[in-house]
Amino acid sequence: MTSLETALDDLRSLDALATRDTDLTRRDPRAKLVATLLFIVSVVSFDRYSVAALLPLALFPTVLAVQGEVPARTLLRTLALASPFALMVGLFNPLLDRAPMLVLAGVEVSGGWVSFASIVLRLGLTVGASLVLIAGTGMHPLCAALARLGVPRVFTVQLLFLHRYLFVLAAEAARMDTARQLRAGSHPRPSLAVHASLLGHLLLRAFERAQRIHGAMLARGFDGELRLAHAWRWQMADTTFVVGWCAFFIAVRWVDWPQAIGRLFAGAVA
Amino acid sequence: MHMADALLSPGVGLAMWGVAAAALAGASRRLRQRADDRLVPLMGMLGAFVFAAQMINFTIPATGSSGHLGGGLLLAILLGPHAAFVVIASVLTVQALFFADGGLLALGANLFNLGVLPCFLVYPLIYRPLVGVAPSPRRAAIAAVVAATFGLQLGALGVVLQTTLSGISSLPLPTFLMLMLPIHAAIGIVEGLATAAIVLFLRRARPELLDGAALPAPVVARSMRPLLTLVAVAALFTGGVLSWFASTQPDGLEWSVAQAAGVEALPTPQQGLHARLAGLQQQLAWLPGYDWPAAAAAAPTHKPAPAAWPDVKPGTSLAGVLGGGVTLALVMAVGFALRRRRSRD
Repeated sequence: MTSLETALDDLRSLDALATRDTDLTRRDPRAKLVATLLFIVSVVSFDRYSVAALLPLALFPTVLAVQGEVPARTLLRTLALASPFALMVGLFNPLLDRAPMLVLAGVEVSGGWVSFASIVLRLGLTVGASLVLIAGTGMHPLCAALARLGVPRVFTVQLLFLHRYLFVLAAEAARMDTARQLRAGSHPRPSLAVHASLLGHLLLRAFERAQRIHGAMLARGFDGELRLAHAWRWQMADTTFVVGWCAFFIAVRWVDWPQAIGRLFAGAVA
Repeated sequence: MHMADALLSPGVGLAMWGVAAAALAGASRRLRQRADDRLVPLMGMLGAFVFAAQMINFTIPATGSSGHLGGGLLLAILLGPHAAFVVIASVLTVQALFFADGGLLALGANLFNLGVLPCFLVYPLIYRPLVGVAPSPRRAAIAAVVAATFGLQLGALGVVLQTTLSGISSLPLPTFLMLMLPIHAAIGIVEGLATAAIVLFLRRARPELLDGAALPAPVVARSMRPLLTLVAVAALFTGGVLSWFASTQPDGLEWSVAQAAGVEALPTPQQGLHARLAGLQQQLAWLPGYDWPAAAAAAPTHKPAPAAWPDVKPGTSLAGVLGGGVTLALVMAVGFALRRRRSRD
């Protein structure tokens, strides 16, 4: 199975999670979206050498994952595959920034390793939060929320169409590739010319499918506008959700709680 | 080459969001004016096609490795820049949401690097002039390869500038450029070859798709171009300036000004934004005992270089580690407690 097929499987499982009725899926999608964006901005606003100070923020994805009953395995799997680019770039920090910064158990730790740890932590927190958002919301409610927050209709409708036909065309591509492999003997991958012909045919089929869908939509009264059904009403609980988390992010940003707790414990040890 | 949240500062991330949002609003308005409802399913289908195309790899000629189509340039050729940008934006959004490619804050930067640059700069300014009105197959292929290479170079440059301006990575600008640009030149040529091959296939199979209904009226499109270019340049500049304020060392700019001016100490504002930021940062800094702000507050231009921090206090390190461990344990305890309460309900 290719990595994209694996990724599509993950997408399917995230979609399936969002269809259940949980405390998180019942929240207004706008509240979840706004809180998640605020969370991400708080995470990235920390100093590049922050590690411990970021840890309290892990409470947000943790609590939401529990409320949304998102299995840790799904999250960790996608996290493990996420953004090798950030890790690769981050790995240069220990090479370039060698000034000692901490002493842990008698070993000096350079600023580079501290900032690398910070990058890994940021990656985990931001990726975790967006995965929990989609697993606890689903594509349709999220697009409805985006539309109601003022995102252009053209774009939200495009997102819905893309999401709907992703699997259809991916399955078609997979069938074409299987057919090619069965006829290709020992050639694992097609040459550029064969590839162009395969994708060209896939593209022609996509065009034809779009025409058929357009015909079907017209037959059902399509007038250029796609109306998204949404049953959400903004409730007091949604306001509490956003304001509460916002207060938490500000508290974590202003006071270094781990440092304070650590001092307390270190004092007790001494 | 997706930019990631973990490497971005809020200033750069939000500035890029601003540019991407403006481009998306502009492109959406343009599409709405065209009011061609055939485009709705077609754009969705082509977005799905870009995903599907990435499942089929091909052998790169003369090497042992394989590549796949990225699809940005092909979309611009088939749909025109505005619709192509909306499609690319949707693909990047789904990737950010479901596959954790990049991230939600980095989405703005990714839309800029992989959408705004290829659709509104490379396609009209490089591809269209090169390909001409009735190109020979050879000319069409060359135009595609050149445009794709340019597009990926610009995208890589965008990633490098955004990363460097954010200041989370320690990679210096020249080294990072040396790492990114050659790799993306190679990727760009492969992308160009794959795009050219599909364009040539379509010319034989369904030539009307390449010059037919899907393309927008070029006369109107031309008038938007200078504006968008201006917006993009202004935003890059604003992003750069903003990021100095949002960066972890607000006096970095001052330091480089001092270097450039040859003056040891420019007059330091004791009040106003700078002083407030320095004070704020001192409050917020992790392990304030040996971070810059303490030194910076006293005399910003005399602060020791990072390499010369001898001020390592094992006691404070211990406090940080202990506190971090306790915090993590607390977070996990809250998680478990919530789950147990839920499973009892």
